[in-house]
This record gives sequence, C-alpha cells and structure tokens, in this order.
Amino acid sequence: MKHILSTAFVLSIFWLANSGHYSVLLLALGAISVALVVFIAHQMDVVDHESQPFQLYGINLAKYFLWLIGKIVSSNFQVVKLVWQGKPAISPCVGWVALSQKTEVGKVIYANSITLTPGTVAMNLDDDRVFIHALTRQSLAEVVSGEMDRRVTAVER
Amino acid sequence: MLEQGNIVSHICLLVGAFLILSGGLGILRFPDFFTRMHAAGITETLAATLIIVGLMIIAGWGIVQLKLFFILLFVMITSPTASHALAKSALHGGLQPKVKNVVDGDSP
Amino acid sequence: MLLFVAATMLLVMLIAIVRALLGPTIYDRILAVNLFGTKTVLLIAVLGFLFGRPEFLDIALIYALINFISVIAVLRYFEYGSSTDGTRENS
Repeated sequence: MKHILSTAFVLSIFWLANSGHYSVLLLALGAISVALVVFIAHQMDVVDHESQPFQLYGINLAKYFLWLIGKIVSSNFQVVKLVWQGKPAISPCVGWVALSQKTEVGKVIYANSITLTPGTVAMNLDDDRVFIHALTRQSLAEVVSGEMDRRVTAVER
Repeated sequence: MLEQGNIVSHICLLVGAFLILSGGLGILRFPDFFTRMHAAGITETLAATLIIVGLMIIAGWGIVQLKLFFILLFVMITSPTASHALAKSALHGGLQPKVKNVVDGDSP
Repeated sequence: MLLFVAATMLLVMLIAIVRALLGPTIYDRILAVNLFGTKTVLLIAVLGFLFGRPEFLDIALIYALINFISVIAVLRYFEYGSSTDGTRENS
C-alpha cells in the first residue's frame, strides 16, 4: 500500500510541476491520469519494493551517487583521450567479475553503474558475477579491484 | 532569445559540444560494435549533463529549469538500460567482441 | 554559443547517419539510431532556447521516452523475432 501511495505522490508532483496550469478541469484530468497509471502499474505488478526502494534511501546512497558522478567524469575524459588517440591505444577485453551484493536491486545498481561509466559495459548478469566488456585492460582491472562493488554493497545495508 | 547566461554556462556548453564531437568521432573510428558502444556512452552521460546544465544556468530558476532536470534524469536512467539491452542482444545474436592479443579466426 | 552547439550536434547526427548506413551489423545501426535519438532530444532543447521558445522542452521530454521505448522494442524484435530455434531466456 505504501508503495502505491508513493507512486501516486511522485506522479502527482510530476504532473503539477510540468503542467503549469491550475484550472479545475486540468487538475481533474491530472488526477484521472495519475489514477489510471497507478492502476495499470499495479496490474502489471511493478509497484513494489524494487521500483520504490525505500530501504535503500539514506546517507550511504547520497554518498555513493556523489562518488559515482566523480567516477563518471574521470572515466569520460579517459575515453575521450582514447578516442582521439585512435585504434592503437585501445585494448578491448571481456571478463566475468564477481559481485557481492545480496539483493536484486543492489545487483542492478551495480551493473547499471558499470554501464554508466564509459569504458565498461555490463553485458550479462548472473547470481554472483557480471560479464563485462571493457575498452582497455586498465578499465577492466579497475572494476576487478572491486571498489565500486564494495560501495554498492555498503548502500545495501 | 538574447544570449544570456554567464561564463560558466558557456564553458559547460563548449565542453559538452566537444565531448559530443568526440563521441561521434569514436562511433566512426572504433573497430567493432562493442567498442563503438563505449564511444556512444560518452555522449549520453557527461556530454548530455554538461549541455543541459549549461541550458539550466541560462534558463534561471523556474519551471524551465525543472523540465530540463527531468530530461536529464530520463536520459541518465534510460541510457544504461538501452546500452545493456543492446550489448546483451548483440551477444545473444552471436556477435563476438574482438579482443586484442587473441587470435580469432572469425571476421564478420 | 547556442548556434555553435546546435551546429556541432547536427554534425554528429550526420556522423550517426553515416554509421547507420555503413553498418556493418544490425546492432551498429541500432546503436547509431539510438545515438541519433539522444542527440535529437538535446538538439530540440537547444533549439528551444535559440528561438526563445522553452515550450520545446515538453517535446524533448516526450521524445526522450519514445526514443528509449522504440530502441527496446526494435531490440526485442531482433533478439527474439529473427531467431528460428525459439529459445528464450530471461532478460
């Protein structure tokens, strides 16, 4: 129930922020749309602890996002350098890397973070490992070193 | 619209344009599909962020800024999902990544 | 400055079209189309500012969502639609 309420709340805020017109008719249409979307989402069984992960919200998640932004910026400039240096500079490689997250949400956050940082893409996800394609050996070694893995696991607790 | 905004927004837009150009160049230059995907990743993360932040500074406080923020949020949420789906689908479709220093006989 | 950014984006969109035409695999083409779509979203936003009409942002917002959904849909089609053995795996 609390997941349904929070979905409806987020959608209402989104409607109000994007509409900019506050006549009775438009507000009524907004309420109907929100109700319809929540109903459809509920029927699809996607309103649960995975789409609304309350258990993760906290200072650790905020810290992780800040770290991830810094990581994305630095790896962006690495990849840009490789682009301008051209073919000889890159050494594409693939590999399975172990992960230590317990929950599905944690694993998805980890895999998405890997994909979001340029230079590494998560291609497949198992129960306890993730299949990665990396642009250089260094970027694969960086993932293997497991700093991101530890930080995502810290968010889970 | 008159060019408003300060030096920070201009720097953001300029660096963003440079990153987008680099991504485009990578799409053209890199040897196989999986490496090109990394180049596309640049244009979807930092480049998009910088351009939208530059526009946000020009827009100033208000509903326009909020809409720009929503666009950024959508791009940031959807782009890793699309990249992952693309990579997984390519792998599932039988496309083998070219790996350096390994002799591979199959060339598509 | 905005004009310069818009011109750069048009150039990159042209590069994406070249890559889409060159291929060589179907995934390269989908990647190029995805890149083209993302750049279109940014281009619409920039043009909205260039012409002084920030209402364009609503279109950019919708386009970002449609682009994502269309890429996923096309991938689904090529991942499962063209395989003849009928094997399915969880994704």
